[in-house]
Amino acid sequence: MSPRILLYGKRALTHALLAGAVYAVATDQVTSIFEPLSTPADSVYRAALLALAVCAAIFVTVVILLINAIVRYRHRPGDDASEPPQIYGSNQIELAWTVLPILIVVVLILVTARTIADVEDYPQPPDALKVTVVGRQWWWEFRYPDLGIITANELHVPVSESGRRQITSLTLESADVIHSFWAPQLAGKTDLIPNRVNRMWIEPKQAGTYLGNCAEYCGTQHAKMRLRVIAHPPEEFANWVESQRRPAAEDPQASAGRAIFFSTSCVNCHAIQGTSAKGTFGPDLTHLMSRQTLGSGAAPNTPEKLRAWVRNPQAIKEGCLMPDMQLSDQELDQISAYLLTLK
Amino acid sequence: MAAREIALTPRIGRLPAVAIRLHDLVVTTDHKKLGLMYIGAGLVFFVIAGSLASVMRLQLAAPNNGAVSPQVFNRLFTMHGTTMVFLVGMPIIAGMMNYLVPLMIGARDMAFPRLNAFGFWMFFFGGLLLYLSYLAAPGITGAGSAPDVGWFAYSPLTARAFSRGHSTDYWTLSLLLSGVGSIVSAINVIATAVSLRCKGMTMMRLPLFVWLSIVTSFMILLALSPLSAAQVMLLLDRFLGARFFDTQAGGSAVLWQHFFWIFGHPEVYILIIPAFACLSEIVPVFSRKPIFGYPIMVAAAVMIAFISLGVWAHHMFTIGMTSMGNIFFATSTFLVAVPTGIKIFNWLATMYGGKLRFEPPMLFCIGFLFQFLIAGLTGVMLGVAPFDWQLHDSYFVVAHFHYTLVGGFLFGIFAGIYYWYPKAVGRMLDRRLGIWHFWLFAIGFHLTFDPQHFAGFLGMPRRIYTYEEGRGWEVYNMISSVGVIAQVAGIMCFVVNLVRSYWKGEPAGEDPWDAWTLEWATTSPPPEYNFETLPAVRSSRPLWDLKHPEDPDWKYE
Amino acid sequence: MTKADALNPPVEPDDWRLPSRGVVAVVCLIVTETALFAIFVVAYLYYIGKSLGGPYPSEVLETPVIATICLLSSSLTIILAERAFERANAGGFRLWWAGTIVLGAVFLALTAMEWFRLLTGPRLTISANLFGTTFYSLVGLHASHVIVGLTLLTLTMILFLLRRVRPAHGERIKLISWYWHFVDAVWVVVFTVVYVIGR
Repeated sequence: MSPRILLYGKRALTHALLAGAVYAVATDQVTSIFEPLSTPADSVYRAALLALAVCAAIFVTVVILLINAIVRYRHRPGDDASEPPQIYGSNQIELAWTVLPILIVVVLILVTARTIADVEDYPQPPDALKVTVVGRQWWWEFRYPDLGIITANELHVPVSESGRRQITSLTLESADVIHSFWAPQLAGKTDLIPNRVNRMWIEPKQAGTYLGNCAEYCGTQHAKMRLRVIAHPPEEFANWVESQRRPAAEDPQASAGRAIFFSTSCVNCHAIQGTSAKGTFGPDLTHLMSRQTLGSGAAPNTPEKLRAWVRNPQAIKEGCLMPDMQLSDQELDQISAYLLTLK
Repeated sequence: MAAREIALTPRIGRLPAVAIRLHDLVVTTDHKKLGLMYIGAGLVFFVIAGSLASVMRLQLAAPNNGAVSPQVFNRLFTMHGTTMVFLVGMPIIAGMMNYLVPLMIGARDMAFPRLNAFGFWMFFFGGLLLYLSYLAAPGITGAGSAPDVGWFAYSPLTARAFSRGHSTDYWTLSLLLSGVGSIVSAINVIATAVSLRCKGMTMMRLPLFVWLSIVTSFMILLALSPLSAAQVMLLLDRFLGARFFDTQAGGSAVLWQHFFWIFGHPEVYILIIPAFACLSEIVPVFSRKPIFGYPIMVAAAVMIAFISLGVWAHHMFTIGMTSMGNIFFATSTFLVAVPTGIKIFNWLATMYGGKLRFEPPMLFCIGFLFQFLIAGLTGVMLGVAPFDWQLHDSYFVVAHFHYTLVGGFLFGIFAGIYYWYPKAVGRMLDRRLGIWHFWLFAIGFHLTFDPQHFAGFLGMPRRIYTYEEGRGWEVYNMISSVGVIAQVAGIMCFVVNLVRSYWKGEPAGEDPWDAWTLEWATTSPPPEYNFETLPAVRSSRPLWDLKHPEDPDWKYE
Repeated sequence: MTKADALNPPVEPDDWRLPSRGVVAVVCLIVTETALFAIFVVAYLYYIGKSLGGPYPSEVLETPVIATICLLSSSLTIILAERAFERANAGGFRLWWAGTIVLGAVFLALTAMEWFRLLTGPRLTISANLFGTTFYSLVGLHASHVIVGLTLLTLTMILFLLRRVRPAHGERIKLISWYWHFVDAVWVVVFTVVYVIGR
């Protein structure tokens, strides 16, 4: 079957399952688990379809029996007051409706075990791209140990093409409490647990931006600990890597802002590669302007929003761990001008 | 109550009647009064927790909404969940078991009446302590209010470092208190059902309600202590610097999850089995047939209890267990569905060939059957571990457990209340208002929880105070929030019905439903001593034998 | 036929004897306490060898031989006390029941001394490491149950001396002894886990 028919088939199924509800069909915003675009999500999808089919069949059968009972055996007005035959049970019937569910259960166990093995025990190829994800309240740190890159909130990965498969292996850690990495179209979720290393893998088949969320309640701003996975065609990914490995831009026009940044406590929390700022509590800002959002999805990354964020992060992401630095308007203009150079 | 019973409590001086009544409730050890107090308190907490949820739904009705701050929202869902499970679910089942078990076995009271009272007050003060947190948790430092760590309080979010102030301590202490109440109640129910049965009532002649109460109580004995243990460990961590869940010291955050869910999964069966018990009494009476397969129903309940002790890590499929671990718990989860399904089939078979009467108790039973079927099936879906890797911690799970707890548990309890209210009060609940309650609440329930399944499919995580536009979640959240209106309307019908019928309901007589178990063989309400003379029985339906001397049950035993 | 008569049909079985409520209640109590201890035991076992720093069990633990002998013998003495009670032997009961209390109290005292030594010597505290946490909580949970048991035993002794305990109370004496045997059985488990496996 051609890929296009498969895709349309999946879309039709998704729409059917979503009962024709009206929603914005901006494909890179809607993240249905029934539109998998990565191998592990696809394996899960197929197991899910089987489970849905089995449950739907059981549902229809039992509901028909229920409605039948209600209609056929209701007490009718003209009925006499006699009691119906008092049946106590039937061992054969009991046996039948014990054995049949057990058979269904056996099928489910086999499918489940197979899918678990396919996803969880999939041997990671040696050329898999390795990324370490560190969950923090309330943002994501991404480290590419083999490439020497540290970035935040957006996970950039190469697309996997049919001729040349490219998997990304994620090592999941946490710096504080339990978080969970969930990009529905790429894979099921896996938790990030302190003092424990978890692993998962993704294999995006299509370039684009995949939205996700932290999926384990982790405190005040769990809701805005949003996730973006951006899959690039291989050459584009190589370009991204190269630009990320460059140290921070040194624009002389922004020297005033730069001076403020380095003399206030910004450097206690933030790192900028190639400078003396080596704070690790907050996100690495070396290539801040290469990101689509601020505050891990709390606001779009525009100059106005950037200034507003630095002015008072609490107004955009109440309860987040970056304090209001009480900067003056002039300091804000200068610092924003500096940050805008960090492309 | 007072007008119809012999005044065994002496009048205390010349105090007003209200004071005397209150004093009576404070000192009573009568299982009927305590049972009603449990249920009454549970219903009050239900309205409170429902209000908390209504605020949540208001906040979530639209994206980027600003009705409440994130901090307030996080307290709302924590208090809603904690209240519903521990201060609504547990007391209501304790109340029903304490009220009905002695009557159904032909006894005068529970085995340990004073212990019964102790249990009630432990629950009650535990509940008060939880809500005291709103006022008292800030303490000297001003940090903290009501608990905001979620009803299952995962570590290390509950560690001192991440949960400042005393809000988490209020959560822990109040549940330790009310947990003692639950355990004590369970011991009492088992001792009563085993040791105080009237003559002739062998175990296999017990009403299914009593059997299932025994099973529930046994599960409470095994499940509540692990929660208490984990909570003591949490207190030791927070107050004495112990390292149970301190990941910096090599402790395991996952260990809390194991301990919590070893309690938490049996807990949900503890809640639902009494609803099964209500169904097992009500469906036969309104089908005019005995329960289909009584021994199998007992065996199925025991199997559910047994297997449910081994499924707990299906709440933990995403923590990175080995594939063997995941397969084991998926398997046990599927297995527990088998006896549960058998029960549904047996209730259906009881209806088949019967003469169904759709009074409010039966309406709620039918709603239960439909909704619990769906809930069980979404549970099976969640048991497919890879499917759960997508659905865990999403609104699909929220939909699933509200289907089991509201669509299942609550509907079962409503059925029970409509069925036994006439016995407890001596007056019928209004039938028409009951039907309004049923339909309004059912429509509201479906409007609220059906769309949440789809929000989950579209990737909406749970416990988020807001969401952005464009993810496709808006319409489902809007519909879900609108459903609250109908639910509230239904509950108002219920409350009005309960209150009005107390004074103005039609007198019920001893046996308004033409039923078959011993509670219907005494007055409504029963006298304090329950039965004039203690009965003796020869079958599981002694009143059927009485009414049908030509065709008694004991001929077929 | 009145309803009262109808509700009194000829009954099978003829003699209607049910287990005593006290026995059922204490069995239930033991079941739930077992679940409680099980969790602390599991935590102890899980954390064996996982402490990030000392003091370590092999370095600081001394096998509590005498304490164990005392506690386990107290199970014997309580059986002897029960037997004396059944035979209405007041002197024998007083002797063995008091002996049980003394043995239990010695166990507690020795435990307290052991804790004192650990706290002041190698400075093993509940917050020192995972070993300290699990050690004090498990042994402490057991000790708290010994205290409860000793309270029950002492109250019984006082009531007996005040001549308030009658032969009809035999079952209550039996149930208290069951609780005491439970506490001893738990000690066997705790001892094995802490001083045998964990070291």
